[in-house]
Amino acid sequence: MNRKQFNRGLRVGIPISLGYLAVSFTLGITAKNAGLSAFQATLTSLLVNASAGQYAAFTMMAAQGGYLEIAILEAVTNARYILMSCALSQKLPPNAKLWHRLTIGFNVNDEIFGMAIAEEGKLNPFYYFGMMTIAMPGWALGTFLGTSVGNVLPANVVSALSVGLYGMFLAVIIPASRKSKVILGVVVVSMAASFLMECIPFFAQIASGTRLIILTIVISSGAAILFPVKDAEKEEAHDA
Amino acid sequence: MTHNTYLYIAIVALVTYLIRVLPLTLIRREIKNQFLRSFLYYVPYVTLAAMTFPAIIHATGSVWSGLAALVVGVLVAWFSGNLFLVAASGCVVVFLVELLLL
Repeated sequence: MNRKQFNRGLRVGIPISLGYLAVSFTLGITAKNAGLSAFQATLTSLLVNASAGQYAAFTMMAAQGGYLEIAILEAVTNARYILMSCALSQKLPPNAKLWHRLTIGFNVNDEIFGMAIAEEGKLNPFYYFGMMTIAMPGWALGTFLGTSVGNVLPANVVSALSVGLYGMFLAVIIPASRKSKVILGVVVVSMAASFLMECIPFFAQIASGTRLIILTIVISSGAAILFPVKDAEKEEAHDA
Repeated sequence: MTHNTYLYIAIVALVTYLIRVLPLTLIRREIKNQFLRSFLYYVPYVTLAAMTFPAIIHATGSVWSGLAALVVGVLVAWFSGNLFLVAASGCVVVFLVELLLL
């Protein structure tokens, strides 16, 4: 049973891995420009597995920011993972072992999280491990290639590859929006609010990671108050 | 003063790991509170939607190719839902639009 789930995770992880390869490729170029070696950039990707978090970190390293400063920046840009980890803690069976939790915690990521949360019922940790096993090398390899041969690729190819990540996000939120009008509303409002925050000067000066946390907390709270989810509805949204 | 790159990497890795692993290990029981449950249910959709737009239109060489990728991506996701197909169609659209425009 666990083995089957692991293999299913590997299969689901293939497109994620390919998407990571493309995205981390552009991240590798950023790392190189920040003065990191291919080894250092790849090591960061293996240990951190966070797109926005690593991008912010590389930028801060290039600016030679303080150690405390980079720690705070990292906590802010990655704060959305607190919310995702809370959600995952509810998705795991209550008797999930400590090492399961410690391993999953190594790679809580937008895409893998999206696939895990879309599971019906409880999440089998081995399904998650399967996705991690194939996705993490893609992330590391892409970073390595980006730092070592990034400048060789023509700009239009890099430009095309960089939307791959967003395609993966859409593949999580759009099918769910088709099934549930409430989620459709939440998605539309989130996109509109995110766009407005970028246009309004007062909000635009807030760092994008912080803006994301504000949007997530405000809109999710609003939706939770207006459309509280009963367990039955939750199942329905996934099955329908 | 020059900072040590490996110390930077260690700090970044540690902070990120703690953020992810603390909620997973500390919250053992199911949350009964309906508001919290609903809140956590909506979190991924809000985060992913807000991260996609408007960032997608700045990610490419031109606003138009990014916008085209968004529209095609939404359509493909609506009708197929296949992760790889959605991601790949977005990349192809950007490549083609930029070939025509730039």
